[in-house]
Amino acid sequence: MSESLLQAPLAAEPFPNQPDWFRDARQQAALRFDALPRPSRTDEAWRFSNLRAFDPQDFTPARPVGLELTDSLLPLSLGADSHAGSLVFANDKLVARTRSAVSEQGVLWMSLEEAVAQHPALVQRYFMQSDSLFGSAKHLALHQASVRTGTFLYVPKGVHVEAPLQSFHWLAGSGQAVFPHTLLIAEEGSSVTFVDWFKAHNDARNLACGVHDLHVGAGAQVHYVSVQDWSRQTVALHSNTTVVGAGAKAVHLSLHLGGSFARSESVSHLRGPGARSEMLAATVADGAQEFDQRTLQDHGSPDTSSDLLYKNALYNEAKTIVAGLIRVAPHAHRTDAYQKVRNLVLSAEAEAVSLPGLEILADQVRCSHGATTGEINREELFYMQARGISESDAYRLITYGFLNEVIERLPENSLRVRLQDSLQARLQGH
Amino acid sequence: MSLVIHNLHARVVGGQQILRGLNLEIEKGSVHAIMGPNGSGKSTLSKVIAGHPDYEVTAGEVLLDGVNVLGMEPDARSRAGLFLAFQYPVEIPGVSNANFIRAALQARLAAGEELEATEYYGDLYKEMDRLEIPRNFTARSVNEGFSGGEKKRNEVLQMAMLKPAYAILDETDSGLDIDALKVVSAGVNALRGPNLGVLVITHYQRLLDYITPDVVHVLVGGRIVRSAGPELALELEAKGYDWIRDELSEAALAAEPVLA
Repeated sequence: MSESLLQAPLAAEPFPNQPDWFRDARQQAALRFDALPRPSRTDEAWRFSNLRAFDPQDFTPARPVGLELTDSLLPLSLGADSHAGSLVFANDKLVARTRSAVSEQGVLWMSLEEAVAQHPALVQRYFMQSDSLFGSAKHLALHQASVRTGTFLYVPKGVHVEAPLQSFHWLAGSGQAVFPHTLLIAEEGSSVTFVDWFKAHNDARNLACGVHDLHVGAGAQVHYVSVQDWSRQTVALHSNTTVVGAGAKAVHLSLHLGGSFARSESVSHLRGPGARSEMLAATVADGAQEFDQRTLQDHGSPDTSSDLLYKNALYNEAKTIVAGLIRVAPHAHRTDAYQKVRNLVLSAEAEAVSLPGLEILADQVRCSHGATTGEINREELFYMQARGISESDAYRLITYGFLNEVIERLPENSLRVRLQDSLQARLQGH
Repeated sequence: MSLVIHNLHARVVGGQQILRGLNLEIEKGSVHAIMGPNGSGKSTLSKVIAGHPDYEVTAGEVLLDGVNVLGMEPDARSRAGLFLAFQYPVEIPGVSNANFIRAALQARLAAGEELEATEYYGDLYKEMDRLEIPRNFTARSVNEGFSGGEKKRNEVLQMAMLKPAYAILDETDSGLDIDALKVVSAGVNALRGPNLGVLVITHYQRLLDYITPDVVHVLVGGRIVRSAGPELALELEAKGYDWIRDELSEAALAAEPVLA
């Protein structure tokens, strides 16, 4: 990858009052990025993946957007009807925030650079603490070296944030690179729902390299939703690590809509008895889009459970890969792990690859995984047509229903409705 | 104004001939019933009229107020005024009932026209109340996890919302207990009137206690072999289908030229 990608953000020093450890870690990451080889298709973690789609030479750190453009983005940054607060970023710069009452509950809800300056100890404890498990060490290093902003959300012990909090990350221009970061910490017994909206202002070739980490304390409940709606030419590399404590529950739903090549990695570490993780994803792939999804359900404690449901709808020459591993540590007895991948293939030229894997080292575990690939059910189609719905509308509605089943797993209604709108808009024209 | 089925011959695509010259005319405002033993072609008839791709018509026509619908796609037939209440309503995961029925109504509007939401829900709730369907039904996925009774009520609800000119009810009584049967029948009866022709397909006479037909037909071997008033249904119930079959074979024997 090009040096230029790194030099500008470091030179710009976007973190005012950053502690030494933070600056050092970024510089270390830059060195690591230089030293690490680019991932190759011969690596198991990049098997089937189309690496040629990604040439970092084409990108420079995103330049700030003008006021006029900012003004036009704000009315588009609405999200769920009922929400507890929004942050709006454009090209890796915080440009707006709505007034939020959550601070009265002791919730810390701010940009990453504000958190680095105001709560350095908290950031240090949780920031970029996970290694790459999927051969993306180089991308993680790039992110850490280049990160300029993101969302910091800290929910104190026992605090319940009722309505969703949300961040919008806009990407505007061409040949721009952004590095959105999400750091969510939910302390013991708390609950929160957070949504990351990744959105494109224009249809151009850009790069997004994001890291989104969740720390779910004992007995806490976190719902995290990410809507990847970058432009259809954008290379998107998103990495998520979720650490779930005893008796806690994490639900992570990804709606994948944009990108030319979109790689998303999601890891759930179940640490503590009774920890549960639900990993959900719905993907619309069309044109020549490629979605490369790698997951790990890592059961590190007894009596933990995980449930993965990834659904892909494929049109045209699109390609999806879901490589999902369930790993059960030697002492993680009575693990209950479930993994289901379903592909709806709407074109003979599309390709859906499913690579499930199990690594079980404990006893008395219940692990199941399955992957199915199918076409539109003819009886469903006829039933809809018998009600007057045209064949093309019926196809779209059945596809919508197929993916909406994933969205329906979210409890929050106004957020569900907004995600359904996004899905419906994405399926228009098919 | 009527739905005319004329000399209809149909078979499973690449397979067995099932309908062999079926003739029937359902006038608007009337209710006809077709009864017949298993395998006589009852369900095939409903699917052929609706345009199911598993069947092919080898001869004959189906005229909806004079227009032959057999060349139309199933969705065009529906929009032309035909409705089929399915014997086995199909489950559509992830698509809510409200969304589904709205899409069906939207399909009847001209391009660019939008369904008015308040009016739509007003109509939907009114019909749901009539069929004793609880409100949370609108958010549930189409037929998913529904009991037999709920599925059949849903069929009648869709019929009420889509206001067809001709409705075919395919074994609507199957899988219903007596209470559900009463509710569903009352729903159908409420829709009876001068602007609707109904064809009720059933194996048992029971349904016809609640939906009284004007004419009863007996279907055997892919043809209508007898038509009469509602009393025919009672006769069939009492004597079974063998009686008709026996008479038919005698008639066939009588008609057969004696070979020397």
